[in-house]
Amino acid sequence: MTEPAMTDQRPGSYYGQPIIKPPTWKNPDVPAYLFLGGLAGSSATLAALAELTGRPRLARAGQLAAAGAAAGGAGLLIHDLGRPARFLNMLRVLKPTSPLSMGSWLLATFGALAGAAATATVTGLLPRAAWLPKAGAAALGPLVMTYPAVLFADTAVPVWHEAHRELPFLFAGGALTSGAGLGLLAAPASEAGPARLLAVAGTGLELAAERRMTTRLGGLAEPYRQGRPARWMRLGQLLTAAGAAGAVAGRRNRLVAAVAGSALLAGALCTRFGVFEAGLASARDPKYTVDPQRARLAAAQSRYGHGEAATTTP
Amino acid sequence: MTELPRVGFFTDTSVCIGCKACEVACKEWNNVPADGLDLLGRSYDNSGDLGASTWRHVAFIEQRDPDRWLMMSDVCKHCTHAACLDVCPTGSLFRTEFGTVVVQEDVCNGCGYCVPACPYGVIDIRPGDGRAWKCTLCYDRLGDGLEPACAKACPTDSIQFGELTELRDRAQQRVARLRADGVPGARLYGADPADGVGGDGAFFLLLDEPEVYGLPPDPVVTTRDLPSMWRHAGAAALAAVAAVAAAFLGSRR
Repeated sequence: MTEPAMTDQRPGSYYGQPIIKPPTWKNPDVPAYLFLGGLAGSSATLAALAELTGRPRLARAGQLAAAGAAAGGAGLLIHDLGRPARFLNMLRVLKPTSPLSMGSWLLATFGALAGAAATATVTGLLPRAAWLPKAGAAALGPLVMTYPAVLFADTAVPVWHEAHRELPFLFAGGALTSGAGLGLLAAPASEAGPARLLAVAGTGLELAAERRMTTRLGGLAEPYRQGRPARWMRLGQLLTAAGAAGAVAGRRNRLVAAVAGSALLAGALCTRFGVFEAGLASARDPKYTVDPQRARLAAAQSRYGHGEAATTTP
Repeated sequence: MTELPRVGFFTDTSVCIGCKACEVACKEWNNVPADGLDLLGRSYDNSGDLGASTWRHVAFIEQRDPDRWLMMSDVCKHCTHAACLDVCPTGSLFRTEFGTVVVQEDVCNGCGYCVPACPYGVIDIRPGDGRAWKCTLCYDRLGDGLEPACAKACPTDSIQFGELTELRDRAQQRVARLRADGVPGARLYGADPADGVGGDGAFFLLLDEPEVYGLPPDPVVTTRDLPSMWRHAGAAALAAVAAVAAAFLGSRR
């Protein structure tokens, strides 16, 4: 009788199998949604202030982008469901412990307001009453930009959960550069001043959040730093930084501004793919689940002087 | 309605013989579809992992030092603080009158949020069906006063079903006995209400470190940090508002 082979048997795991289940969320649906959600949120806020400060074309572009991106994002989310026909079950309950429940209500409200604002802009109907959906969408916009970070962080996926302090700022930064990029693409130079400044501010926020995140994660930042996710993240940073530089340089040149705007949009999209795929990578390798938990137990042991995990009692 | 006592499983891996009767009984009773008869070629494990169509999974670990085989029938932990239940946006996942955690398949829309939320990697989306599935602790049988199918089928009483408080007492006695007998590494896993998930409704007696069996050494319910997540998201939203406002103030004409 031959002995069974002990392949893949490495200490500290069960045949190297993942401990947690990687998300079943579809790629590119979910990272593309993250991008569109960020674009929608920042565009709505940008549009309201543009209208208030007499920049009609920047305002119009923002209103249309907010409605379009919100609708597109919702479509992607519905397509991602295992049972798309049951998407209305998302609004069956309002559940504070579920970021996806809160997000569904937020997105539904925001989408309706942004849709109404865009309809009023396109048709010119009810110009007085239109301020209400415009202001409402603008007020909800910042939450639409950042709540997906909570959605991702509220999982057992190591590089998302452990980054829950920085992810909202990373997503906010990318959302701002997206909205700014769209403004640069759509608005004439005379109206695009705020978009140019916002491109720089959003880029600063995103790069700073990314740096802080990988620094604080330490060894757990590895999934962000190797393989495909790392290439997405680097490409995202490069495009974003180049877009911000182009936004400033193209102050009077519409073509340069448009290229810069496109780079900002593409950069934000790349970073979303990077964060998404880094999460998948960290879920697939058991060491990213086990090592931080072991480190936590070791720290508790040195603090309290007893070695056993709370989960394992002698 | 009077409060029913919380029930659960005590799975004593020290007497598991790897017969997989639990896997078969679970599949049969719950009408869990076949998901391939794979010969993994690394041990007698041929179901690989818990998943949407594997609600009991028997793990096989061969060790040289000490020279032994470890076998363990894994199952949903029915956590006291269940992340899958917390994050479910439809209310499909709910806590039963027995203190167990169950998916309502007529409500689940397959959003998949419970899948990466589970710190143990238990619940999953069933391909072709699109909804999330996992152990129900035989909710239908409990209602009729029967024990779950896996516990019923287990020939060595490695899987014990009962009231959780009683199971915990029994497990303490068992682990003390094993330690007195000099069994190396005997320990309880998931039996402590002070752990990161508030204790498991289905807990285990293990003979080695949890990760050897594919279990996380210190699982924490992800929603424990939810208030902090929302605080940071709120701060980031305010930062975004400030950035937009500053961009307009900075480019006054």
